Parts: sequence; C-alpha cells; structure tokens
Amino acid sequence: MPEEPLVLGIETSCDETGVGIVRGHTLLADALASSVDEHARFGGVVPEVASRAHLEAMVPTIRRALSDAGVTLHDVDAIAVTAGPGLAGALLVGVAGAKGLALAAEKPIYGVNHLAAHVAVDTLEHGPITEPAIALLVSGGHSSLLRVDDLTKGVEPMGATIDDAAGEAFDKVARLLGMPFPGGPVIDRAAREGVATIGFPRGLTATRDFAEHRFNFSFSGLKTAVARWVESREAAGEPLPINDVAASFQEAVCDVLTMKALDACRYTGINTLIIGGGVAANSRLRAMAEERAAKHGITVRVPRPKLCTDNGAMVAALGSHLVAAGAPPSRMDFPADSALGVGTIAV
Amino acid sequence: MRWFRLKHVLLLVLDTATPAITAGLAEVSVDGEHLLAERVTINARAHGELLAAQIQDLFASTGKSVTGLSAIAAGVGPGPYTGLRAGLVTAATFSLALDIPTYGVGTLDALGAATSGDVLVATDARRREVYWGLYRDGSPRTPAGVEKPADLAPLLVAEGIAAGVGEGAQRYADVLGVSVSDPLYPPALQLARLAADRVRRQAPSEQLTPLYLRKPDAVEPSTRKPVLT
Ligand SMILES: Nc1ncnc2c1ncn2[C@@H]1O[C@H](COP(=O)(O)OP(=O)(O)OP(=O)(O)O)[C@@H](O)[C@H]1O
Repeated sequence: MPEEPLVLGIETSCDETGVGIVRGHTLLADALASSVDEHARFGGVVPEVASRAHLEAMVPTIRRALSDAGVTLHDVDAIAVTAGPGLAGALLVGVAGAKGLALAAEKPIYGVNHLAAHVAVDTLEHGPITEPAIALLVSGGHSSLLRVDDLTKGVEPMGATIDDAAGEAFDKVARLLGMPFPGGPVIDRAAREGVATIGFPRGLTATRDFAEHRFNFSFSGLKTAVARWVESREAAGEPLPINDVAASFQEAVCDVLTMKALDACRYTGINTLIIGGGVAANSRLRAMAEERAAKHGITVRVPRPKLCTDNGAMVAALGSHLVAAGAPPSRMDFPADSALGVGTIAV
Repeated sequence: MRWFRLKHVLLLVLDTATPAITAGLAEVSVDGEHLLAERVTINARAHGELLAAQIQDLFASTGKSVTGLSAIAAGVGPGPYTGLRAGLVTAATFSLALDIPTYGVGTLDALGAATSGDVLVATDARRREVYWGLYRDGSPRTPAGVEKPADLAPLLVAEGIAAGVGEGAQRYADVLGVSVSDPLYPPALQLARLAADRVRRQAPSEQLTPLYLRKPDAVEPSTRKPVLT
C-alpha cells in the first residue's frame, strides 16, 4: 500500500449523505447531500425520511466526489464506510452501497467507527495526530471525552453525557425559543447579538459530583432551567430577550465542555486536545477552548466547521489512516452496527 | 456491451424485497436465459450483511469475473424498506463502478411469472399487511398494492381466486382463503427472464425506484412541544 493511500469514504449515519476522497492527509473532495430540510418541519431527524434520501443521493454524491477530486474509482486504494454508530436504516444504505462499490471495483473495504472518524478528520486540517491526545466529541448524538493513544487500535472513553448530548441541547433550546432545526447554528448566530447575562446551571460540576462524574456531562437540567426561565418570563407577560438567552445558554454549555476537557488533559498529563463533532463548529466553543488551553500550555486542534459536522471526508481520513498503518480490511459480511462502541475503530 | 462478439452476456440479478436475500448470475443469449448459480438466504434482518457476501461467493464459485458483467437486474419491490434499499443501492453502486446498465424488475412479477390461471401474489408487508397483486397466466392484472389481508379477502371471493403464491399468501392463507403453492420468494431465474428483453435490446439504464407504497412514518408536531414534561 502507498504511504499516502487514496481512499473514498462514505458516511450515512444520520441525515447527511457524505462522500469524501482523501490522499493521505490531503482532502481532495467532500461531497455532501443533506435531507435536513425535509426533517426541519418535524423538529428532528425522521429515520425513514433520512434513509430514503440516502438511497436517492448515493450515486450522484459518489459521482460528484470523484469528479471534484479528479480521480476514477480505478485509482482508489480502498473504500471506507461508516459501520456505526448511528441510525440503523441510514447506516445500512451506506454500508450496502460501499460494499457494492468495493466488490465491483475490486477494492478492499473498511467499515469504520463514526466517532473515531470525527477525531481522524483533524488530520486533514493539521496533519498527523499527536498521540496520545484527549478528544472531546460533541454532536447531536454524542458528548464524550476520549483518550486516544493509537487511533488505529481503539480509543478509551473517559466520560460521556448521562442524558442529552450537547447538540441535542442546542436543538431543544432552539425549539423552545421558536428557532428552526438544527438549533446549533441559529443559537450560535443569535448569541453573537446577545450578552450572557443569565446564570444558567453547569451540570455535574458541583464538588459532590467530582468522584463519580468528573468527566461526565449532563445537559438536561440546563435545558429545563432555560425552559423555566422562558416560561416564567412569558407568564409575566414580559418580552423575551432571545439573544441574551441564547448567549447565556451557549456560555453554560461551552464552559462545562472546555472545563472538563482541560481537566481531562491535566489529569492524564496529555497536552493535545482534539475537538470534533457538529458542536465543534460552535464559534464560542472554539474561542473559549483556545483561550483556556493556551493558559495551560495545551494545544487545541479543531478542524474547520464544515469538517466538524457529519461528512464523508472524515470517514475517508480514518480509512486512509488505517490503510497506511497496514490494518486488515473488513470482511464483506460485516453488519451496520447502530450501537458500535468507541473501543472498535474498524469492524 | 460486447453483444456482437459474444454469444451470451452475463447478468447479475438481485432481490431483497422479501425476507429472502437473493443473488443470481445468469447468461442471457439471443434465444434464452440460463441461470449459472444463485445464492438465497432467508433472513429478514441480514440484507445489508449478506447480500454482498453472497455476490462475492457467486463470482468465486462460477469462476466469473465482475468485469465480465454486462447488466444488473434488481427487484424494486414492493417490500419492507430497509431490506429493499440494500439491494437497490448495491445494484446502483455496481452499475456506477462497472459503467453497466441497471434494470428494475417487479418483485411480485417475478413471484407470479410462472403461475397459470388466476392467482394472488402476496408478500409480507409487516404491520399485519401484505403487498399484493392479482395475476392471470403469469401476467399482472392489477398494480401492486398494500392491504390488510381481511380487507383483501372480499375481492378474492368476488374474483373467484383460490390460489396464491408468496410468503404473504402463505402467512395469511386462512384469512385470504387461498391454497398456497411455490414459489414463496422471487426466483432468480424469473428475475433474469423479466429483464432479459431489455438486456438483449441493450435498453438504456434505468433509475431503480423502490416501491415503498407507504409514506414514511413521521408526525409533524402540531404546536411547539413543551420541553417541560
Ligand atoms: N455552530 C454550532 N453550534 C452549536 N451546535 C452546532 C453548531 N453547528 C451544528 N451544531 C449541532 O451539531 C449537531 C449536528 O452534529 P453532527 O453533524 O456531528 O451530526 P449528528 O447527527 O449529531 O452526528 P453524530 O452521529 O456524530 O452524533 C446538531 O445538534 C447541531 O445543532
């Protein structure tokens, strides 16, 4: 295998059909088709709607990626695909499609972990990962702190949310404020016009939580606190300072995320922090992490926002990393695994 | 396609619209269709796992090469969604990689193709419903539908239909009032036959559109959902 493998990656774990092509650490194409507009009126992703859209988008998105990258399937060294975790029916479209592609083009296939791909994508922005590293993974479905010693072998969970994921909290609070889905980007924008004047709770940061929940998160109490605050304002007939609520909520989330991530770095003595997942696109989180990490001599690596949310390039990046390390390909009969754990990087 | 140089061309057939995961390799010549090999597994939950492995096995066991394929025929349903999509997306990416045409074939048509007289073809649509169609001497008389067996029964009585094929007919034979015979699942040879004319004519490639026959389950929230519950 070449030192800089050319890998095509397919991602269909949620509502984005992503096809990326990378050569080693170089991004060549990142084609994306999203069904997000079809879900917006339901206030969340409807699995069957997402699966139907993946089937329609699969071939056109692969074609677009190949043409953007200026390569043919023949040139590709391997196919990578998200095997899990994610929505079962949505994952299956990508897995079956990738297998068809691999069989017909006679290429090896790698079924990979979506969460590890969120970490690996940073190699496209900042080059080879410095290991060990701490990874903070924050998306609509996950909020985890991971210790990464060797991304080809597995990552070790240090903590995770015990209720809502951070992105889910953004989406729910947005709905509460009458904003559209997905809530993350709209709250991010509204918060820039507001001031974080309201002191919302920081979940699992009290001294009594230290022993059991030092590296865990909880966002459901925060969401409830925002709801109470909004409803009491409305009950009093007072106008809602939406931008200030957004800014205060966002401040609470980012405060806890960065605080715990840096605590994990200090606890392990690791001085690289990688942030990935859709919420890593948040402008306040990026700024706050940079600022606080700098004080502790910790390097923060966050890819550009478009690579933070689900995409095919992250899957290709992890695939390329595995191929370069000489990892064995997956068998043709591997299943899509909606609950694939972070301990498994490739199936 | 290499039609003029070869006596026959190689066709891959797939159907995943029922619990049967079906893959077959057929030779289509000017005057007929010949099934070289088929792999069938009955497992309603393993389409995504097993289909590609079965295809791989077909090529290994027949000694044929994927690059020798000239076309792909795939059952477009109707069928339960997740399994159905596994077959269609596989056919679509195969077609993309090899630059060969895909042809859609009705799953019920393949089940009914070898029947004679008036027959009900029915497959399991889950949720206590069947995908169904009426066939006369192997040809469809109705478009494919989805119905509760009890709601379909009066039509069968009125039409005097007492014979059925397909595992949907088998499962609800009592309610439907039909006696059931083979096939229970779409046979690979019939799938090949239904596409054979298009293969011979080198008809243009078709977009494979799944027959779901139902809208996705999704409820639009009527008002803002209270977050405090
Ligand atoms: N600028 C932002 N600020 C905060 N949250 C954001 C921002 N942009 C996106 N998000 C949130 O990120 C989430 C989407 O993340 P992502 O694209 O990783 O998909 P996901 O379906 O949640 O995937 P995963 O399977 O990785 O959990 C949504 O909840 C969205 O609100």
